[in-house]
Amino acid sequence: MANLTRLHAHEMSRLLRAGEVTSRALTEAHLDAAERQNRALNAWLVIDRTNALVMADAADARIAEGRRAGAAALAALHPLCGVPVALKDLVSIEGGQATAGSKILKGYIAPFDSTVTARLREAGAVILGKTNMDEFAMGSSTEHSAYGPTSNPWALDRVPGGSSGGSAAAVAAYHTPLSIGTDTGGSIRQPASLCGIVGLKPTYGRVSRYGIVAFASSLDQIGPFARDVRDAALLLHAVSGRDERDATSAPMPVPAELLSLPAGDDEAAAYLKGRRIALPKEYFVEGMEPGVAARVREALAAMQAAGATVEEVSLPHTHYGLATYYIIAPAECSSNLARYDGVKYGYFDRSSGEYIADYLRTRGGGFGPEVKRRIMLGTYALSAGYYDAYYLKAQKVRTLIKQDFDAVWAAGFDAICAPTSPTVAFPMGARIEDPVAMYLSDACTLPVNMAGLPGVSIPAGLSDGLPAGLQIIGAPWSELSMLRLARAYEAITARAAWRDLEPAELKLTDDPTTPSPIERKERLRSAPAPGSGPRA
Amino acid sequence: MANLSRADVEHVAHLARLGLSEEELARLEGQLNHILDQYAVLATLDTEHIPPTAQTIELANILREDVVQPSLSVEAALSNAPERSGDHFVVPAILGGEGGA
Repeated sequence: MANLTRLHAHEMSRLLRAGEVTSRALTEAHLDAAERQNRALNAWLVIDRTNALVMADAADARIAEGRRAGAAALAALHPLCGVPVALKDLVSIEGGQATAGSKILKGYIAPFDSTVTARLREAGAVILGKTNMDEFAMGSSTEHSAYGPTSNPWALDRVPGGSSGGSAAAVAAYHTPLSIGTDTGGSIRQPASLCGIVGLKPTYGRVSRYGIVAFASSLDQIGPFARDVRDAALLLHAVSGRDERDATSAPMPVPAELLSLPAGDDEAAAYLKGRRIALPKEYFVEGMEPGVAARVREALAAMQAAGATVEEVSLPHTHYGLATYYIIAPAECSSNLARYDGVKYGYFDRSSGEYIADYLRTRGGGFGPEVKRRIMLGTYALSAGYYDAYYLKAQKVRTLIKQDFDAVWAAGFDAICAPTSPTVAFPMGARIEDPVAMYLSDACTLPVNMAGLPGVSIPAGLSDGLPAGLQIIGAPWSELSMLRLARAYEAITARAAWRDLEPAELKLTDDPTTPSPIERKERLRSAPAPGSGPRA
Repeated sequence: MANLSRADVEHVAHLARLGLSEEELARLEGQLNHILDQYAVLATLDTEHIPPTAQTIELANILREDVVQPSLSVEAALSNAPERSGDHFVVPAILGGEGGA
């Protein structure tokens, strides 16, 4: 059989049921690739061969049992039965670590499964391990991990995006066909864009957050990474739906059609006929790279040629999104992260023996610079005398941002298309000392979180040899039609030359002399590459 | 709009229970003021009659029957405790020390 790591999840599913491959063989092939290349990528914090093989054998047994019991029993298995998946290291697995990329959770062992984990177990998916991330999901480059940065398989000196950079890099590097990330302001879509894969942030309330380390609770959502749209739909289906353990999960039905997006390109492309797509003029922000803007405009032209209409619209409060987000998210994080006190779990420093001093040392020593910065911002914005000027003001502007989107849906549009990230992957170190430059990475994604909408980033070609992403934004609960549109775009570009390209520097990661991301970062710090300085 | 002094930064750090070094306090003073300057754009919007949005999906209160269900065992809940005594977490004494008010 051809290289098992190049298969899509839906292909694995078919081969597993036909008895042409075992989950053990698929799992071993992916574990081998991850173990071999992780030194050069640092996409994984844990590669759990032992437990993955136990899950693979269990999946093989379920499939064999299904085959014995007949076609109906086999069809009743979830398509992800036997298929490998990776989890961002803030998703709880009973008995496993969940560091959230932070020193303060080093050594913590989750005593229970998250609902996402439990649903993946139920589906029979094989969990390979845990992926690297910006500490507490705060960041856009994965450089804020306490466990070292992750490299982008397209260019090892560049970031994979973030905060779910490890999950994105692992899928782009063929270490797993699927992974789970979380998205508070773009943390799934932006790394998907920078790594050239599909990443979906569902409607707020679609996926239970029980057992996921919290960042900003009015914004956080969990979603899939994959190398094609059909695979992303399969993983979304597996983890979605109401959960009694998360009161913010909504009692909305999960469409079964997510399991049967069209396989044929002609059938998929036909969906575009008569669709109305809105193009928000404000999303072509200042500082956007011309190559990225060009790819997005070409994508829209292709959809138009396939029968969709594209109309420019205005989302007039886009300009206020960044400031609004960077009040609301830090405010919520300062509240959520108050729980890390060194008493119940996690890092603690009791060296002074005095209550307040130890409390200060535990938090000061356990959190990294970006997390401290956001806790400070949030605490300030919520403090006496400033609440109205900052937090309440931001919540009111959030209403205006949401109303902008509501007007687009009221006007009858099927979707909004925009760039995902204003730039392709940037060099390590380029924005790390300039928080405002880093925050601009999410200018096109964070309004979607503030309005609670679903959004997906899909590959739209290359700019300067690096992936650029097209973002499709849908009305609340419209994941299915949003994915049909994404699948249609994939179909009309199926024969584009860039679709066949593998990440340009992936082969280098097989070479044991290739520097690790930490070594790269050190080298870039002492001799910055031209053009890698902070952007204005 | 923004003019956080060094004393303000120290005060906020104390509210947030973050022990910060001299170097961190100095760097944060500059960075926080720079970030707060970006917030100034919001003051240009008239939001007097706009209601705030705290969450985006219109879920009302979620109620359930008040019945006991299986939950985390005491052993599991204590499994990560830095220090335990029997079935309890050991917490630092908070009375009598400075800042106990």
